[in-house]
Amino acid sequence: METQTRTLRKETKITTERMTGAEAVIRCLLAENVDLIYGYPGGAIMPVYDELYKYQDQLHHVLTRHEQGATHAAQGYARTSGKVGVAIATSGPGATNFVTGIADAQIDSTPLVCITGQVGSHLLGSDAFQETDIIGISTPITKWNHQVTKAEDIPSVLAKAFYIARSGRPGPVLVDITKDAQFGELDFEYKKCKGVRSYKPVPETDPKSLNEASRLINNAKKPMIVFGQGVILGKAEEELKNFVEKSGIPAAWTILGLSALPTAHPLNVGMVGMHGNYGPNRLTNQCDLLIAIGMRFDDRVTGNLETYAKQANIIHFEIDPAEVNKNVKADVAVMGDVKHTLSQVLPLIEKDSYDSWVQEFRDHDAIEFEKVIKTELFPEKEGLSMGEVLKSINKETHGDAIIVSDVGQHQMIACRYAEFTTSKSNVTSGGLGTMGFALPAAIGAKMGAPNREVVAIIGDGGYQMTIQELGTIFQTKVPVKIVVLNNDFLGMVRQWQQLFFDKRYASTEMVNPDFIKIAEGYHIKSKRVTKREELQDAVNEMIKSTESYFLEVCVEKENNVFPMIPTGASVSDIRLE
Amino acid sequence: MEKENFTISVYTENNIGLLNRISAIFLKRHINLDSMTASQSEIKDVFRFTIAVKVTEEQVKKIVGQIEKQIEVIKAFYHKEEQIIYQETALFKVASKLLFEERQIQNVIKNSNSNIVTVTPEFFVLEKTGRRREVDALYRKLEPYGLMQFTRSGRIAVTKEKMHISKILENFAPEELL
Repeated sequence: METQTRTLRKETKITTERMTGAEAVIRCLLAENVDLIYGYPGGAIMPVYDELYKYQDQLHHVLTRHEQGATHAAQGYARTSGKVGVAIATSGPGATNFVTGIADAQIDSTPLVCITGQVGSHLLGSDAFQETDIIGISTPITKWNHQVTKAEDIPSVLAKAFYIARSGRPGPVLVDITKDAQFGELDFEYKKCKGVRSYKPVPETDPKSLNEASRLINNAKKPMIVFGQGVILGKAEEELKNFVEKSGIPAAWTILGLSALPTAHPLNVGMVGMHGNYGPNRLTNQCDLLIAIGMRFDDRVTGNLETYAKQANIIHFEIDPAEVNKNVKADVAVMGDVKHTLSQVLPLIEKDSYDSWVQEFRDHDAIEFEKVIKTELFPEKEGLSMGEVLKSINKETHGDAIIVSDVGQHQMIACRYAEFTTSKSNVTSGGLGTMGFALPAAIGAKMGAPNREVVAIIGDGGYQMTIQELGTIFQTKVPVKIVVLNNDFLGMVRQWQQLFFDKRYASTEMVNPDFIKIAEGYHIKSKRVTKREELQDAVNEMIKSTESYFLEVCVEKENNVFPMIPTGASVSDIRLE
Repeated sequence: MEKENFTISVYTENNIGLLNRISAIFLKRHINLDSMTASQSEIKDVFRFTIAVKVTEEQVKKIVGQIEKQIEVIKAFYHKEEQIIYQETALFKVASKLLFEERQIQNVIKNSNSNIVTVTPEFFVLEKTGRRREVDALYRKLEPYGLMQFTRSGRIAVTKEKMHISKILENFAPEELL
């Protein structure tokens, strides 16, 4: 007997296709041009996995070894490809394992669509097996989330999810789909979402703000730019470069802004923030105009807000209205997409140069070189420094590689010393500071930019937080290069214990396994370097390898990262030792 | 900056979970709400939250920014006391025998501008609508006689100025979905 709906369909000649909710999930992903997803199967998401099996020629699924790895891999993919990353998991523990990656994506504005299975809708609220309120849990860490309990809602909800994840200031979105919605049937029709009534992704730019900004820029004597990831997310690298070059204004970057302007650019003056460069931090408190472009004045950037750039006028180019005046009061806020606003302001500014002002940055660089960089890059001590490993990598990659870093001392060293010629090349967990980020993120980064070299720089602590993703590398044969800078310590915490807790090294010493044996267990080529004379050859061998490669470099155990702005101190009180 | 009483009006889509999203913004900043009420607004399918909170103006500006950032929030405003007309409602459940045993209570009721909602042989229910201090005054007067139950609603408020929500809705990109 035919169901009424089927009879009705015949009569009305509807051209939509009848299918299950689970198949509709796959068809939605295909309609959004997704060809790669990261995930882990389980009970409540099995109908979708069953469809993945049927669609495996069109949609490649990467089986990570933990759901957290799936989110980080999706982040890495999104960061290097500029597309939306997709991660999928089951209900309960599968969904809760997503939490860290989602929180990381939220604070670093990474576009993700995370799909979780959920128990059948009749079981919701009954403490069923593997039931967890992932909507409630993920609410504060998602840009948007939604639970689907009916198959027919799947196309519209997923369309909205992709639209919200990628538009405006990007972010993670979670869609939770009950098992009965996956099994249920619907007439499939996919319409891309073009707008949401209550959501304005990009605020309008007030032409007055452009005039006011250009007036401040044209009258400044000691202006400086601080740019952030907004430039990369807004695909405004060219506009930034044009703005920097026409205005002649020295430009510093936040950790997430890194690589938006080549590190070798004559007006690139380095990193701001806690372990940033001496010049841009000190001169933040001497400039007369601070031009913030697509950055959010994070506390690790500003140090003590009471003493941050008080002497300067501040222009804030920003897409998110909630960021304006949140931490630092802007004299002029230029709202909008930086690609648009920077190109609008360009004709209004005069061509200029600030040679003696730029020289002040270079003078600071010289001091920093003497006190910090020289010993980091050209150490005379026997032990290897983290900096010289980065120097060796630069020599082999010529700044063309994507560097994925984890969290800690090695991350600061990587961001300070890695050279970049191309945008979207620095992938790191900035806002959340998620140890364990780099290894899975590197997998995604390589898949998002398969023609580029991807080198993950990881500490021995963070490496062991997601070390199981070596299994994913082995299984997918993704040729990522993994460098573990091993000091047998949780180095950054140890550094703080040394400087601020009277060297009471509470639980920071790591007794580590034989990392080479672990890599061998996964059939990944590997090498351990303990001596300076072996380093360059080993890095060369790693970069030349067409397969994945694990390089462990045993570095000096108790080195510290400098410069450093102690917590709560002013940017001008940055310490060199 | 001094803390003041602010009323926040939030116009939203009718979405399950949005209450959670909005309250999380306060939770994260460790701000206690004086009250929160939600209801249908003057526009079809548009909901309105009215939140009363004591914070500095700088804080309330940032909070409104964070609320407005939520996808399903159409618009959020904050108002000072003089910009709004606001009321609260309270219900007092009192033993009926007191009307006869404590004659004074009749005068309290007469002078309070409250309404008797219902009377039974055991109890009667008084409804008082007004500003917080008026409700509190009645509470203080009735409390010595013994209250069987007392409850007070959150603040509800309308603004003196126009809110132009319909205009804002028209200006949004046309919604094709949901």
